[in-house]
Amino acid sequence: MTVTCSTNQPVVSLDAVSKRYGSETVVSAVDFKIQSGECVVLVGHNGAGKTTLMKLMLGLTRPTSGKVNVFGSNPALASAVAQHKTLGYLPESVAFYDAMTGREVIAFYARLKGVSNSDCEHLLESVGLAEAARRRVGTYSKGMRQRLGLAQAMLGNPQLLFLDEPTTGLDPGLRHQFYELIDALHKQGVTSLISSHALSEVEARANRFIIMKAGVMIASGTLDELYLQAALPVRLKVSVTPGQAYSIAGRLGGGLNIDQINNEKLQLSCFNADKMMLIRRISDLGDVIRDLQIIPPGLDEVYSHFMNGERS
Amino acid sequence: MKMLWILAMKELRDGFRNRWVAAAIIVLGILALTLSVLGSAPTGSVRVSELDISVVSLASLSVYLIPLIALMLSFDAMVGEFERGTMMLLLTYPVTRWQIIMGKFLGHVLILSIAIVVGYGGAVVVLTLVTDSSTEGWPAYAMMMASSLVLGAVFIALGYLVSVLVRERATAIGAAIGLWLVFVVLYDLLLFGALTMDKDQLIGQQLFSMLMLVSPTDTYRVLNLSSFQGVSEAAGIAGVASEAGLSGALLISVMMLWVIAPLMATLLVFQRREL
Repeated sequence: MTVTCSTNQPVVSLDAVSKRYGSETVVSAVDFKIQSGECVVLVGHNGAGKTTLMKLMLGLTRPTSGKVNVFGSNPALASAVAQHKTLGYLPESVAFYDAMTGREVIAFYARLKGVSNSDCEHLLESVGLAEAARRRVGTYSKGMRQRLGLAQAMLGNPQLLFLDEPTTGLDPGLRHQFYELIDALHKQGVTSLISSHALSEVEARANRFIIMKAGVMIASGTLDELYLQAALPVRLKVSVTPGQAYSIAGRLGGGLNIDQINNEKLQLSCFNADKMMLIRRISDLGDVIRDLQIIPPGLDEVYSHFMNGERS
Repeated sequence: MKMLWILAMKELRDGFRNRWVAAAIIVLGILALTLSVLGSAPTGSVRVSELDISVVSLASLSVYLIPLIALMLSFDAMVGEFERGTMMLLLTYPVTRWQIIMGKFLGHVLILSIAIVVGYGGAVVVLTLVTDSSTEGWPAYAMMMASSLVLGAVFIALGYLVSVLVRERATAIGAAIGLWLVFVVLYDLLLFGALTMDKDQLIGQQLFSMLMLVSPTDTYRVLNLSSFQGVSEAAGIAGVASEAGLSGALLISVMMLWVIAPLMATLLVFQRREL
C-alpha cells in the first residue's frame, strides 16, 4: 500500500491533544500540523513530553483527550498498522534483541517490512556497521546501537520518520554523517519529526521548531518567527576613538540601553524595531566611530528565553 | 500469515540459539529412554506391551515436566520485551498485537514440538530397534506425544497471560512457578485429600469427572491413561474414564479450551496496554 499525500493535507495533525498518566499531565492541549516534506524539530528539556508526543503519533499510546491523525487516520487503531510500512522510528535509547547479531536484527525488521536482503546490507554499510554486522548486538557500544537504530528506521524508504534524540551517543563525525543522511532523505521529500534538547545542533536542517516545556507547547514556527516571538534585544558593539566613549554615550541621548562602557568601547542593546534608527544615529556621529558590530541574539538565547520565560 | 511465520521463526531461532531446544530434547529424550528401558523389564508374562508401560510412566512424568518447560519458554515472552524496550519498536512495524502473540505462540509451540518429537520420538525408535517390540503400542504412544504438545501449549498460553499481566520479569518467574505448583501439585493434592476424607462419598462420579476437567494436567492424565485398552490395563485403571463419562473428544476439547482462553485473555490485556 502506498500512501499519497496531497500538499494541503497534513501528514500529521494533533488537535488539542492531552495525555495524563494518573494525576500527572505529560502532554497538555498540544496543537500542531506537519505538512508533507517538512522537517520539524521538537525541542525541550527531558520530561517536556517529546517522547510521549512521538508515542501518541505512533499509536503506542492513546491520548486522554484530543485527536491525533497520521496519514489521515487514528494511529492507535489496529487498522493503522498497514501504514507502519511507510514509517520509520528511532526510539530514545533504542533496545534490541541482544543475542542476535546486527545483521540478524536488521534482517528480522526488514522481513516485517517486506524489504529485501540486499537493502539491509546497503543500510548496514551506510551507517558504518558492515564490519560489526556479524557480532552480537549485546557487544555493541552505545553509538553502534544508535547507528543500528538508524538503519532500522530507514528500512523500506519510509515517508515519515520519527527520530527521538537521534544523535545521542554519536561522535561528531557520525553526527555530521547522520545529518547528511537526513538532508538526503529530506531532498527526496521525506517528512521527518526529530526531537532534540539542543536547538543549535538542528538549526540548519529544520523547517520548523516546536518548543515544548512541561507538556505544553510554548512556541512554534520557523527560526525567524521564533526570533520575532522572543523579541530579544539586538546588541551593538561600538568601537570609538579612545577616550570618547562617555561623551558619545551622552551625544546619543537618553533612553539608551548601555550594557558595558569603557574608554574606547560601548556595548548597547536595543529591540529589533529600534535597531536601524540607532545605527543611523551612530553613523551620523562621523569619524569618532571606528567600528560597529551588530550581534543578533543566538539560538541558545532564544531557546533559553522560551524555556525560562512564561508562555509568550 | 506471513507475519506470524516471520515472528515464529524468530522465536524458533532464539530457541536454537540459547540452547533451549537442545536442552529440552536431551531432557525429554533421556527421560523417555530411561523410563522405557526400565519399564520394559517387569512386564513378564502379562499381556501388556512395553510401549504401553512407557506411555503410563511417561505420561505421569510429562505432567510435571512439560508444563515446566512450557512455562520456562513463555514467562518472559511479553514482560521481557516490555522491560527491554523491544516491544515498543516492534509495535511500530506493520504487525498487529494479535500477530505478535500468535507468532510467538506458533514459535514456542514449534520449539516444544521439536523437543517432543525428537526426544520422545527418538526414544521410541531406539527402544524398538533394541528390543524389537511390536508396533501395537504405537497409536497410544503417538497420542501421548500429541497430547503432551497440547499440554505444553496450555502452559505456554498460561505463561503468556502471566507475562502480560506482571510489570517485572522477576514477578513473572514467581507467578509461573506458582502456576506450576497449583496445577501440577496442589490441585491434585487437595483433590486426593478431599477424596480420602470423603468417607460419606459426597464426591460422586459426576462431580469427580468435573473436577478432573478443571485442571488441564488431570485432563491430560485421564486422556492418556484411559484412551487405549492396553494403557489403562497397564495403569490399572481400566474403564475408569468411560465410567466417568469422559470421552476422548471431550477431554481434548477441554484442553483446547485451556489453550484458547488464556491466549484470548493475553490479547485483551495486551490490546489495552499502553507503552
